[in-house]
Amino acid sequence: MAERIDFWSTLTAPLIRQNPVTLQILGICSALAVTTSLATALTMSVSLTVVLTLSAGIISVIRRHIPDTIRLIVQIVIVASLVIVISEVLKAYFAEISRALSVYVGLITTNCLVLGRTEAYARHHAPLPAIVDAFGNGLGYSLVLIVIGACRELFGKGELFGLQVLPLAEAGGWFTPLSLMLLAPSAFFLLGGLVWAIRSVRPEQAEAPEHIPPARAEPAE
Amino acid sequence: MAGSDWNPWRRFLALPNDSRTKTVIMAFLVSAFCAVLVSGATVVLRPIQKANRAAEEQARIEALVRGIPGMATLLEQSGGTLSTVVIDLDRGRAAKDVTSDTLAAALADQGNWTPLAAETDLAGLGHRPNFAQVFLLRNGEEISLALLPLTGSGYGGRIDAILALGGDMNTVHGVAVTGHSETPGLGGRIDEASWQAGFSGTEIRDASGEVRFAVARGRSTSVHEVDGITGATRTGNGFTRMVRFWLGPLGYGPLIDAIGRGEF
Repeated sequence: MAERIDFWSTLTAPLIRQNPVTLQILGICSALAVTTSLATALTMSVSLTVVLTLSAGIISVIRRHIPDTIRLIVQIVIVASLVIVISEVLKAYFAEISRALSVYVGLITTNCLVLGRTEAYARHHAPLPAIVDAFGNGLGYSLVLIVIGACRELFGKGELFGLQVLPLAEAGGWFTPLSLMLLAPSAFFLLGGLVWAIRSVRPEQAEAPEHIPPARAEPAE
Repeated sequence: MAGSDWNPWRRFLALPNDSRTKTVIMAFLVSAFCAVLVSGATVVLRPIQKANRAAEEQARIEALVRGIPGMATLLEQSGGTLSTVVIDLDRGRAAKDVTSDTLAAALADQGNWTPLAAETDLAGLGHRPNFAQVFLLRNGEEISLALLPLTGSGYGGRIDAILALGGDMNTVHGVAVTGHSETPGLGGRIDEASWQAGFSGTEIRDASGEVRFAVARGRSTSVHEVDGITGATRTGNGFTRMVRFWLGPLGYGPLIDAIGRGEF
């Protein structure tokens, strides 16, 4: 049991190399829905990181005593309770942002990222590494959300955190807002572009093609 | 590990994970822990959330009043606050023994609700409270603005709104939607200022005194109509029925008559 765990690499691997969103394509539903502005993206990131870290910690503590037959139910119940607590806290202290996030905080329960980490990692590791791993994954998710959220808010409204950054053409500046950026499809484009960019820099992330198209037959004479 | 067998907790932990006893007890312990967590958070945070909701409703009411031309100055003259009155809806006058503070307690009593028959229940409420809190803005003795809370059912669920009526109790000055669960992008557009702007200047009744207000299908064609929202016919119909119910005889009708007679 004297296995040394490299906390630093557990923490930083999910940032880019093993990023849960861009490599494993987990949790993209909420990543697309809440990134219209930086403030909602940031709140969502913090909520998910807190839920992920706490649930990984709790599940790791009881990992030797979770009966296999009900392990998914036990994990989901713990995750769902933490999500309800977070959602109540947001409603109490960040009422405005909680309204903007609407159902998506509740949907953290079904975010594959959370169950993926508790099932794949926390169930087999001691609490400390499990918490570090969960926190790292939370940060990886947050990084993607914040990049996409910043792009969409900057180009869609010329603002960051609600502050005007680019002078709007209507107000005498030069920037014409790209309203496509505020619509859902733009999140797909941005996420796709991000995945492409990361996989171009790190070709080892690219997946092998599932099937190879047959060689084109010579045109018949 | 000999000697630890007397401890039931250790004996429980030592059970094999797939034994039936351990499965049931673990399930129970996890649910108990989560139940405590969730109820604790809800109970501790409820007062703060309640205050938030009240502040939000107050802010919407103020925004509604300030959005109506000429009302902001009147509001400043009256000290920046609207007078709140609890109305006895059946008699159309201020309730005697119910105040704003005791309204919630009074409405918790089923005896203070009137069941509605299907043919009169335009707004789809089932039953209607006997008391309602309205907001009045006076210019001297004259009432220059009345804010009437409305409740009805739309496509996705309950709609809560506040209608601002001018001193003639016929001209709408504005509307604010304080709560709804309509489809975002379709019926959900009832909380957009651009749609609500259409209410200003609409007249509720025609010359014979009949309530004619309606959310039109498409563009409004008369002084009694506001523009409909494309793709949200049922939300619009729900809104129409809500306004017609609450300004009719079972809603604020008696109050509006009393104000018309100058008794208020």
